[in-house]
Amino acid sequence: MNLERALLELIGTEEIEELELENVKVDVDELIFEIKRAAMAYQLAQAKQLPVSRTEEKKEVYAYTPPVKTYKGSVAEVCLGATKADGGTRGKVVKIGGQSTLYRFEGGHKNKPIVSFDVFDIPMPSFPKSLREFWGDVWEDPADWAKRAVKLGSEVVTLHLISTDPRIKDTPPKEAAKTLEDVLQAVDVPLIVGGSGNPDKDPMVFEKVAEAAEGEMLLIASANLDLDYKKVVDAAVKYKHNVLSFTSMNITDQQTLNRLLFDAGLPKERLVQDPTTGALGYGLDYTYSIIERLKQNALKGDELLQNPVFCGVTNAWAAREAWMNEPSWGPREYRGPLWEILTAITVINAGADGMMMLHPKAVKTVKNLLAAASGEDEGDGELRYEDWLGGV
Amino acid sequence: MAKISPLQIYKFLPGTNCLECGESSCMAFASALIERKKKIDACVPLMEKKEYAEKKEKLIDLLTPPVKEITIGNVVIGGEEVMYRHDLTYFNPTAFFIDVDDSMPRESLIEKVEKVRNFKITRIGQELTLDGIAIRSKTDDPTKFGETVLSIYENYYMPFILCSYNPEILEVGLEIAAERKPLLYAATRDNWEAVADLALKHGCPVVASSPGDIQGLADLVQNLSDNGIKDIVLDIGSYPGGKQFYEMNENLAILRRLAIEEREKLFGYPILGVPMVAWMKEKDAVKATMKEATLAAVQLLRYCDALILHSPETWSLLPLLTLRQNIYTDPRVPISVEAGARVIGSPDENSPVLLTSNFALTYYTVEGDLQSSKVSCYLLVVDTEGLAVEVAMAGNKLTAAGVKEALEEAKLLEKVNHKKLIIPGRAARISGEIEEETGWEVIVGPIDSSRIGGFLEEKWGV
Ligand code: B12
Ligand code: SF4
Repeated sequence: MNLERALLELIGTEEIEELELENVKVDVDELIFEIKRAAMAYQLAQAKQLPVSRTEEKKEVYAYTPPVKTYKGSVAEVCLGATKADGGTRGKVVKIGGQSTLYRFEGGHKNKPIVSFDVFDIPMPSFPKSLREFWGDVWEDPADWAKRAVKLGSEVVTLHLISTDPRIKDTPPKEAAKTLEDVLQAVDVPLIVGGSGNPDKDPMVFEKVAEAAEGEMLLIASANLDLDYKKVVDAAVKYKHNVLSFTSMNITDQQTLNRLLFDAGLPKERLVQDPTTGALGYGLDYTYSIIERLKQNALKGDELLQNPVFCGVTNAWAAREAWMNEPSWGPREYRGPLWEILTAITVINAGADGMMMLHPKAVKTVKNLLAAASGEDEGDGELRYEDWLGGV
Repeated sequence: MAKISPLQIYKFLPGTNCLECGESSCMAFASALIERKKKIDACVPLMEKKEYAEKKEKLIDLLTPPVKEITIGNVVIGGEEVMYRHDLTYFNPTAFFIDVDDSMPRESLIEKVEKVRNFKITRIGQELTLDGIAIRSKTDDPTKFGETVLSIYENYYMPFILCSYNPEILEVGLEIAAERKPLLYAATRDNWEAVADLALKHGCPVVASSPGDIQGLADLVQNLSDNGIKDIVLDIGSYPGGKQFYEMNENLAILRRLAIEEREKLFGYPILGVPMVAWMKEKDAVKATMKEATLAAVQLLRYCDALILHSPETWSLLPLLTLRQNIYTDPRVPISVEAGARVIGSPDENSPVLLTSNFALTYYTVEGDLQSSKVSCYLLVVDTEGLAVEVAMAGNKLTAAGVKEALEEAKLLEKVNHKKLIIPGRAARISGEIEEETGWEVIVGPIDSSRIGGFLEEKWGV
C-alpha cells in the first residue's frame, strides 16, 4: 500500500503524535507537518467533491423508526375520589398511574401526573415568607384554605391532620374527622388525608377519618412499616379508600410494605407508593434513581412495585436555599418557587404520578409543563426555533 | 445497555500482571478502566507489542462509550455509557454556556462575561461554576461578530460556542478563535457543506441542527461524518411549550435510547439544548428566566450534555447547578469528606470536641452551624463511608470502635486537656459503648446541629 495514502488515513485518528515511523529516515516533525497539510487539502477536496446527499448514498441508508419497546408489566391505575354514582360526593374523580410503557412516545401513558396543594389543620406561622404571603389569611380555617387551593388549580387537595400529634395539640380522632368533613363540604375535588406521623396515633385517626368519609375514595397518607398498617388497611377496605405506602428510600422496604398491605387485603388498584422525596440538593439524587428503578422494575414485571408513585415535593421548602434570605443567592421570592419547581420536574422525569406542593406559582408552572409534556397543550402558536439567533 | 464487567475487559488484556500500568494486576487495571481512573494507553505492552494488536483494537472498541466524548476548548461533554444513572453513573456533567451577542454594547458585554467567569458558589464542599460563553451573531454582520469575538478572545480564556447559520460569520469568528477549538453552531441541511469545510479546516467540533426532525438529523450526521467530521453535537431543537415541547421531550429520550440501547452510531454524540428560546416570546425578564430555568432542568434531565442559557441570574443558576450536582453525583459513592479532626474557629486546650460523620452534606451542615454560632472547637469527622449520622447508625457504620480509631488517629489528647466528647443526638444509642471503648466521657448533643450554639453555651459555658 502506498505509504502516503496510509499515513493520510491515519491523520484522522488524532494519534499523530504516536505515529510510528521506524523505517522512515526523515525529520519526523517536518514530515508530520507536511502530511497534515496534505491531509487537510485532501480532506477539503473530498468535502468539495462528495457532498453526499441521501439519494446518491452508497451503503444502506438509515431509516428512522421510533425505538418502541414492549414491556412485561404495567402500573395499576388508581382512582382518587368517587362521584355520587360511585357512592361518594366528589364532582369528578382523578385517575393516576396506569402506564404500560416507560415513555409517552411508546404509547402506554393514559394519565398525566397531578398536583395537590397541601392544607394543614392548624395555622403554619413557621412557613417561609413567600408561602405565608399566599396562605396566611386562610390558614385559620382548613376549609377556606382548601377552597383557595382548588381555585389555584389543585386537582386534589391534601389535608394534613398534624394537630393530632400528641406533642402538638393531641386533637382527638373524632375532631380530626370533623375537620375532614368540613373540607369535604367546602370543595368537591378528591382528597388525600395525612396524619401527623405519630405511629401510635395515626391508625386511630385514620380509622375515624375513613369512617366519616365512607365511600369517598380518599388516599390515606400513609401506612408505613412503623405503625399498625393492618388497622389502616382494614379501615380503607371497609370504607372504600386508597392507601399510600410510605418507605424511606429503599426499594426492598417498598416491596416488603406493599406486600404486607396486599396481604392484609388491600386491592392492587388501591395502593399508591411514596419512596420519600429528598429536596433538591438534599437527597433528590437518591429519590430520582429510586423512582426510576421502581418504575422500570414495575414494567419489567415486579408485581410488588406496579403502583403509581406520589411525591412530597413540598420538602423542597426545607432546603435553606429555598427560603433563606441570602443576598448572594439572589432574591428568595424567585429562588424558593424555582427550588420547588426543579424538585418537581426531577421526580416527574423519574416517573412520579402525583406531587404535593405548596407555592402557587410553582404549581402553575408545573401544571403548564405537565400539560405540554402530555401533548395536551397546543401552546400559543408554533415557534420557529431557528429564529433564536436573531430573536432574543 | 449492559454494563461492561472487569472480566470482559480482562479478556483483551495481556494477562501477564507485569504491573507496568501501575495497578496491582491486569484485573485491577480492568476495574480502573471501567472507573475511568486509568486510560488504556497505561498498559504499555498492549499498546506496543504486535502480538496484542488485535486485542488492543477490540478493547478500544469495547471501551469507546456509545456517546462520544467531545471537547470544546477545555470542557469535555458526552462520554456517557448508560441511560439511567443507577445503571453505573453519569460521567461528564452538562456544560452550561451563557449567551452573549454581537449587538451588546462593549461595556455590558464585558460585564456579562466577567459575571460568567467569576460565578462560583460552594455547595457541600464543591464549587459550582459555569463552563463557557456562547457568542451569538444577532446582527448577521461579520464585522460586529468579529469585534465581539475578539474582545472576548483577547481577555478571557474560556470555552466558546460560535453561533450563526451563516458560514461567513462563523469563518470570521474562527479566524480569531480557532485555536481555542470552539464549538460551531450550526450545520443545517442548507449550509452544512460550507460549515463542514470550516470545521475540517480548523479542527473544531460542530453542531448538527435539525429541529424536530430525527430523520433529517440522521442524514445530516451521515453527511458530516462521510466528509470526515468526527466531533459532532446533536441539536433536535428546543421549545418552551406546546406540542413542540412534547415532541422535543420525547425526541431527547429517543435520541439517547438510539445511541445507547440500539447502538446506532449516527446518534452516538452529545446533545445540545438551547433553553434560552424561552426568551423569544417573553419580554418580562423574571418570567423569561423562570421559563428558561424550567426548560433547562427538563433538558438536563433528558440527557442534554450542553446548554445555552441567556440569564446569568444567581437565583436561577443556583438551583440549576444544584440539580446538575445531584444528577451527576456518582450513585455508587456518596459525596464524602476526609475523616480526621477539623479546627473550627480558634480552639484552645479547654475547647470542646464534637463528633460527626463524613457524609459531605452532614459535615458541611454541622460546620456551617458551628461557624454561625461562632464557637471554637475541634470537630472530629469519623469515616462512616459517606453516610449521614442516622443512616450510619442504622447501617452500623458509626461504631464505638470507629470512634476510638478516629480519636487516636487525630491525637486529640495532645490538643485538649480533657476527655469529653460531644456526639450527635442521633448517635445517643452508642454513647455507653463509646465511653467503654475509649475511656472518654460522652455528652449527647442535640438531634439537630442547628441548636448546637445554645447547647454549648449551656453545657460548656462558651
Ligand atoms: C438519604 C437517606 C438514606 C440514603 C443515604 C444517604 C447518605 N449518604 O447518608 C440511603 C438511601 C443510601 C439510605 C440507606 C439506609 N437508610 Co436511610 N435515610 C435517608 C434519609 C431520607 C435522609 C438522611 C439524611 O441525609 N439526613 C441529612 C443529614 C444532614 O443528617 P445527619 O447526618 O443525621 O445530620 C444531622 C444530625 O444528625 C445532626 N448532627 C450531625 N452531626 C452532629 C454532630 C453534633 C455534635 C450534633 C450535636 C449534631 C449533629 O445535625 C445534622 C443536621 O440536622 C433518612 C430519613 C430522614 N428524612 O431523615 C433515612 C433514614 C436515616 N434511613 C434509615 C435506614 C433504616 C436506612 C437503611 C438501614 C435501610 C434503608 N432504609 O435503606 C440504609 C442503611 C445504609 C447502609 N449502607 O447501611 C432510617 C433510620 C431508622 C433508624 N432511626 O434507625 C431513616 C431515619 C429512615 C426511616 N425512617 O426509616 N438512607
Ligand atoms: S500493564 Fe497491562 S499487562 Fe501489565 S499488569 Fe497492567 S494491564 Fe496487565
